[in-house]
Amino acid sequence: MIVLEIASGVLLAAGALFVISGGVGLLRFPDFYTRTHAAGLTDSAGAGLILLGLLLQGAGWETAVRLLIIMLFLALTSPTSTHILAHAARRDGVPVWREGDPRR
Amino acid sequence: MTTFVLINVTLLAILIATALTISGMRTLYAATMLTALFSLVTACLFVLLDAVDVAFTEAAVGVGISTVLLLGVLSLTRSREAVTPRLRRLPGAVVVLFTGGTLIYASQDLPEFGSPTTPVQTHPLTDVYLRQSQEDIGIPNTVTSVLASYRGLDTLGELVVVFTAGVAVLALLGPLMQPAEAREREVLDLVDYRVLRVVTGMLMPFILLFALYVLFHGDFGPGGGFQAGVIFASGFVLYGLVFGLDRAQQVLPRRVLWVLIAVGPVLYAGVGVANMLLGGAFLDYDTFAPDDAAAGQHIGILLVESAIGVTVAAVMTSIFFGFANRVESSR
Amino acid sequence: MIFAVMAALLVTMVLALVRAFLGPDLYNRILAINMFGTKTVLFVAVAGFLFGRPDFLDIGILYALVNFVAVVAVLRLTHHDEPATGRNGDGHS
Repeated sequence: MIVLEIASGVLLAAGALFVISGGVGLLRFPDFYTRTHAAGLTDSAGAGLILLGLLLQGAGWETAVRLLIIMLFLALTSPTSTHILAHAARRDGVPVWREGDPRR
Repeated sequence: MTTFVLINVTLLAILIATALTISGMRTLYAATMLTALFSLVTACLFVLLDAVDVAFTEAAVGVGISTVLLLGVLSLTRSREAVTPRLRRLPGAVVVLFTGGTLIYASQDLPEFGSPTTPVQTHPLTDVYLRQSQEDIGIPNTVTSVLASYRGLDTLGELVVVFTAGVAVLALLGPLMQPAEAREREVLDLVDYRVLRVVTGMLMPFILLFALYVLFHGDFGPGGGFQAGVIFASGFVLYGLVFGLDRAQQVLPRRVLWVLIAVGPVLYAGVGVANMLLGGAFLDYDTFAPDDAAAGQHIGILLVESAIGVTVAAVMTSIFFGFANRVESSR
Repeated sequence: MIFAVMAALLVTMVLALVRAFLGPDLYNRILAINMFGTKTVLFVAVAGFLFGRPDFLDIGILYALVNFVAVVAVLRLTHHDEPATGRNGDGHS
């Protein structure tokens, strides 16, 4: 059981790290597309890790099923919304940031 | 305890910052999105206050449906707020300051947060609802017992309000065109989003299943008819947004929706009349199973919650269809 | 450890909020709000464990769903004659 607890702690810590770095990236990256990277990628990883960590906390099977459903929903919806956002931005002609451009 | 306070203070600070930013905004789309964010934070606060059912409703209505409807309205009008002359803002400011001052003054009389001596804690009625309901009705979620059984008549009134409001909005939205009459529209904007279509197709059954779960699990956990209805509606709204209005209306023709709007109140009142015919009072569910009062209550609550769910879902979906029809025909 | 996650989530919420306020265009705001929504889902899940109330997780499922609907709606229903981009005139005036 102690192994499970340690594993859960490690997963939660990693998830928290991912989540925070995603937040910092969203704030600090220079343009919309790079921010998509920060929000989308680290978000899925952070959310997945945190939910896995909670899963290993060892609550009953009802909780486990709900956590898995949340994971499934997030794994489907989060990348999709980032994708359609980036797609729509590209269609609307939001310019891509290049090295040396001003931040926007 | 300090962590709890810290979390609450952070969320309240976020809430106030959001509200101030919204009031300073002129672009209404951005303001609408921030309103959705405001609802998310409010729902978080409700969760922390242990008001699970309210948090459920706030999330479903505030973030889902009202955002969609506000955006629908915005796409019919201008999306920038007009600038009001400074002088004409003065009466508004006076009213706001006066109302705010009154509310702050009134909040002095509120009991301290979490105080054990408030009437809610000490009044015998609380004990009746919390304990007696377990014997009378025997379902763990007291909110559902109170909503659907003890105060069943009030809830019927609420349902009639939803029904009336829905009918009024549909009447205002005007004569809706049949999908066949509509001019041949160019293919929808989102057609080239193949990923979105596939994902939505995959999600749809889960959304409807989740709505059913919320409807039938309302006895045991957060949820119930209102929330389930809104979730159903968000499912159909999502379908309409992604696959186009025509296909959504093939799945759910308008006539069916209009019938369903009326089915809810009829079913709800019908339950009451059936109780009277069985020899009880209006909405006295015990008469459904004379030997086992709790079983009768279960049947009654289930029927009533389903009636609420049907009407709420139909009203929300038809309002969305009404707006979306206008948006498409105005393009 | 759960407290640390809670703190991380709250900090990230504030960061996303700042991005949502700063904009500069609609897409940046939607992105920030979408991220805020995911954080809310996690927040509710973590709060459920913190207070020993696993039925909070039902709310988490709902948030994940509703958030998606909101993002799709804003992309579908925004005007096309008024481009969503452009910094001028956005924000406070």
